Amino acid sequence: MQKFLKFLIVYSFCFVVAIGYATQLGAQTKGVTQRLVVTGSSTVAPLVNEIARRFELAHPEVRIDVQTGGSSRGITEVRHSIAAIGMVSRALKPDEGDLRAFAIAQDGIGIIVHAGNPVAGLGRQQIADIYTGKITRWNALGGTDARITVVHKAEGRSTLELFLDYIQRKNSEIKPHVIIGDNAQGIKAVTGNPQAIGYVSIGAAEFEVRRGSPLRLLPLDGRAASVEAVRQGVFPLSRPLNLVTLGEPHGLARQFIEFARSPQVHDLVEAQYFVPVNAD
Amino acid sequence: MPIDQWLPGILRAGALIALLVMLFILLFLIGESWPVLSKLSIVQLVTDSSWHPLEGAYNLMPMLTGTVLASTGALLLAIPLGLASALFTVFYAPSYLAVSYKRLIELLAGIPSVVFGFWGLTVLVPLINQWQPPGASLLAGILVLTLMILPTVTVTAHAALAAVADELVRNAAALGLSRWGTIQGVVLPAAKAGITAGIMLAAARALGETMAVLMVAGNVVQYPETVFDPVRTLAANIALETAYAMGDHRAVLFVSGLLLMGLIMVLSAMAEALEKQQHV
Repeated sequence: MQKFLKFLIVYSFCFVVAIGYATQLGAQTKGVTQRLVVTGSSTVAPLVNEIARRFELAHPEVRIDVQTGGSSRGITEVRHSIAAIGMVSRALKPDEGDLRAFAIAQDGIGIIVHAGNPVAGLGRQQIADIYTGKITRWNALGGTDARITVVHKAEGRSTLELFLDYIQRKNSEIKPHVIIGDNAQGIKAVTGNPQAIGYVSIGAAEFEVRRGSPLRLLPLDGRAASVEAVRQGVFPLSRPLNLVTLGEPHGLARQFIEFARSPQVHDLVEAQYFVPVNAD
Repeated sequence: MPIDQWLPGILRAGALIALLVMLFILLFLIGESWPVLSKLSIVQLVTDSSWHPLEGAYNLMPMLTGTVLASTGALLLAIPLGLASALFTVFYAPSYLAVSYKRLIELLAGIPSVVFGFWGLTVLVPLINQWQPPGASLLAGILVLTLMILPTVTVTAHAALAAVADELVRNAAALGLSRWGTIQGVVLPAAKAGITAGIMLAAARALGETMAVLMVAGNVVQYPETVFDPVRTLAANIALETAYAMGDHRAVLFVSGLLLMGLIMVLSAMAEALEKQQHV
């Protein structure tokens, strides 16, 4: 029983210390007067996080809270005014006219294969045939006599939406062998399998290639897949990375969006392997 | 003793809190999945063509099958292995070996599941791929799950075996029983309840395991024809899609959470029934 009492005392002591620390923390953040919640696409979030940190340096009274959960979540929360700004990694759809979009960068989706794969390049129809199971072996495309492993994304991701839009198929027509979540997992799935084909953000893929991963970005419809091609606007599979607001933004949200589109953050955009846009 | 006066109160409050947490989780799951349970018929979750939430098809059965198959496979491998190593350490191994072996198994129990998943993705999946593409498969899921639940089975079986009263063992020896005779006729029946409890614990962990399985099982929604086909488990489905789901899609994901919880309830009811049977 003595032991139990001792335990109880130590335990309550820890509790008191924790509470004291928490109140201290609360007092420290009192200097912050303005908060901005930004939520949405996990493709855009790392970039916006960097931009937000730079913005906070210039405006110490502002705290910017960057959360992820996909473009769809970004749109829902902006519509419900849970977040002031949403991050959406695609152009807005016609039924989203209540929102205003501001592009902060361009991103391209690249088709990736293992570095040892001899296939020179693919076209839209060939990719559609591979993903719908009409072409199942690499030798039909000038490769080795091996079965193709089709790497696809989980439903709801904007990368998947853009890809399906490009090959003009519905998701139920796709016959995948592996379904992945984020870009990193997709790159791992392809580098570990010489017969695999997948699609990820060009920025992420180019970064991995430069690091020496056994990975190759395939030219698409005769266009080399690179950040440069996306910049010039000639790459067929590319998308804008947008900040969206409900109606016209004003106040802090407007200030932040203007900052995120200004040349002051171009180095941050390039560091994430995206392509900066020129704000007019 | 004043302690005896207030101790029952504290204990009762603790038990009540644990119960309430469980109840709230259940209520929350039901509440979140209510939009679907009331609008769509439950039959749809069984009869729809497949799982294409964005196209309104919500068949959960392939994923339920995947979950049950992966867990059953892992249990079939882990139970004999775990039981054998527990028997070995308790009755056959010299003490220095038994101690270090037990430490090793405990270490295995402490490895986070992502580490297993990562190992599976970079080593196991490419290995299976060379043999039977695409590599990411039910088999990979089963093997990774086996590694994860093996320590649970071993450690609990070890504890149950070690807890068998010494007199029983000595009496058996005095009666001239061989070592295997003692184990089979005396020790195993005496330790049965503890071993079964350990197996149920392992089964619950296997059913709910998410990250490791997500990384190696391929996540394609289908009924697997062989162990080399990819599958998606219920837990993996929730992890893959929740962040990007809205409306009905999101609610159905909560239904799959409810289903998973139901599965574990059935399991613990089974454990209870088994135990009762033994006491008769």
